[in-house]
Amino acid sequence: MGSVTEHNSEVKAAMGRMSRRSFLWAGIAALGAYSGVHWLASRQEDWGTPWPFRRALEANQGVGMDLYRKGQLSPTYLKADLTELRQNGDVGLEEENFDPSEWTLTVNNVFGKDEPTVLTLEDIKKLPVTTQITEMFCIEGWSMKVEWKGVRFADFAAKYPPSSRTSNPPDVNNKPEELVRYVSMMTPNEAYYVGLDMASALHPQTLLCYEMNGEPLSLDHGAPLRLAIPVKYGVKNLKRIGSITYTDQRPTDYWAEQGYDWYAGL
Amino acid sequence: MDDKPLRIEEKHPLAIRWFHWVNFPVLAIMIWSGLLIYWANGVMHLGPIALFPDWFYHPGYQEKPPKPGVYELSARLAEGMSWHFLLMWFFTINGILYVLYTAISGEWRHILPSRNTLREAIHVVLHDLHLRKEAPSQGKFNGAQKIAYTGVILMGLGSLVTGIAIYKPVQASLFTQLLGGYTVARFLHFWLMMGFIGFFFVHVAQVIRAGWNNFRAMVTGYEIVADEVTE
Repeated sequence: MGSVTEHNSEVKAAMGRMSRRSFLWAGIAALGAYSGVHWLASRQEDWGTPWPFRRALEANQGVGMDLYRKGQLSPTYLKADLTELRQNGDVGLEEENFDPSEWTLTVNNVFGKDEPTVLTLEDIKKLPVTTQITEMFCIEGWSMKVEWKGVRFADFAAKYPPSSRTSNPPDVNNKPEELVRYVSMMTPNEAYYVGLDMASALHPQTLLCYEMNGEPLSLDHGAPLRLAIPVKYGVKNLKRIGSITYTDQRPTDYWAEQGYDWYAGL
Repeated sequence: MDDKPLRIEEKHPLAIRWFHWVNFPVLAIMIWSGLLIYWANGVMHLGPIALFPDWFYHPGYQEKPPKPGVYELSARLAEGMSWHFLLMWFFTINGILYVLYTAISGEWRHILPSRNTLREAIHVVLHDLHLRKEAPSQGKFNGAQKIAYTGVILMGLGSLVTGIAIYKPVQASLFTQLLGGYTVARFLHFWLMMGFIGFFFVHVAQVIRAGWNNFRAMVTGYEIVADEVTE
């Protein structure tokens, strides 16, 4: 049976040649994958993360904004569903002896106003009141269901409107896409700040909030006025709003500067 | 003894091999970056065992004076999210292409379980555990493989769906609500990941057991088979 042995060694040799070729390719592919990962991780940082990741987060934001539906509401819940309140994050609340009764809100770039508009809590409370129980998602991975009471930002913006990017006067309710594209909010000491896209700010569930779970806001939850924006992670729900600025330049953002997604949309 | 004539037979198409080997590092990075995200709020338990205990996050925390965490794994959330939300596209697209290819090429016939698969799979497991002498006859894959490979594809789909439910709990709230809420979706997403790790260990052990000819076929596409000699 010499012919079978001969035949078999030929088969094995052929397989050997084929294997060498394939494993060479496999080696090149593995090296390419390793280099790719190393390259990604070692690029220059852009707002706290290597730039390819920043570009990817921005591309994801594009997809998120394209698929964003204004009418898509965060599910609402009953009082029986409320979960224990958690407090997380003190940045921007450092000021000792902060007195909520002395507080005023500064609104910059209101349409037709050269000077900042300064409002008191009474001014805010004149707007229609909205109460809703929604889930707040912390970027860390936990969530809580809270009853928020305040005024819709859309109502606030209709009363104190941003400028239009067109020659038309601003029409917050009917032509929000013509408005300047962003809103910036900061704590009074400007230590914590968030940037929001106008569409999310005008979402019907975005509230300027002065009560949580039926109680006036406590200091550590952002008295006297905070943002409740269920279409964003908790990090965007700024406590103790000191100023609101309408702008067409993408505003800076405390956590986005440290490597997080600027959009943070849910 | 080379008494049976050997020949080279095609086993795995090139496309399947690419899908498989692209998925391996992508899924590995998805698991790693997913853990970086998870560790920002590590709440899962396996019975009474916390996943993971404090010393894991801050290995020096019990020393006096306490050493700062060596790894500070819980402080790498942004890094984890950066990787996870880039690689998710590769994982998803590779997975969809794989399923499409398998469906169109007819390769699905080799892995989709049929009526007899479960019985066959039980025999395979008993045989592997040396509780049963003869191995059941099989096609390209045995019954246990069919169940495992179909299962892991479904797990991939599960990871995608639970992932969307966690990623966009408002815009995709239908997913989140159908899964039973955010916490449940996160729980499922976590345990699917643990399932992938379990799959990996069993898979690698079986590949080692099956030997070089089998492993080589996943790289080259071909294996050497012995023809039965007809006397």
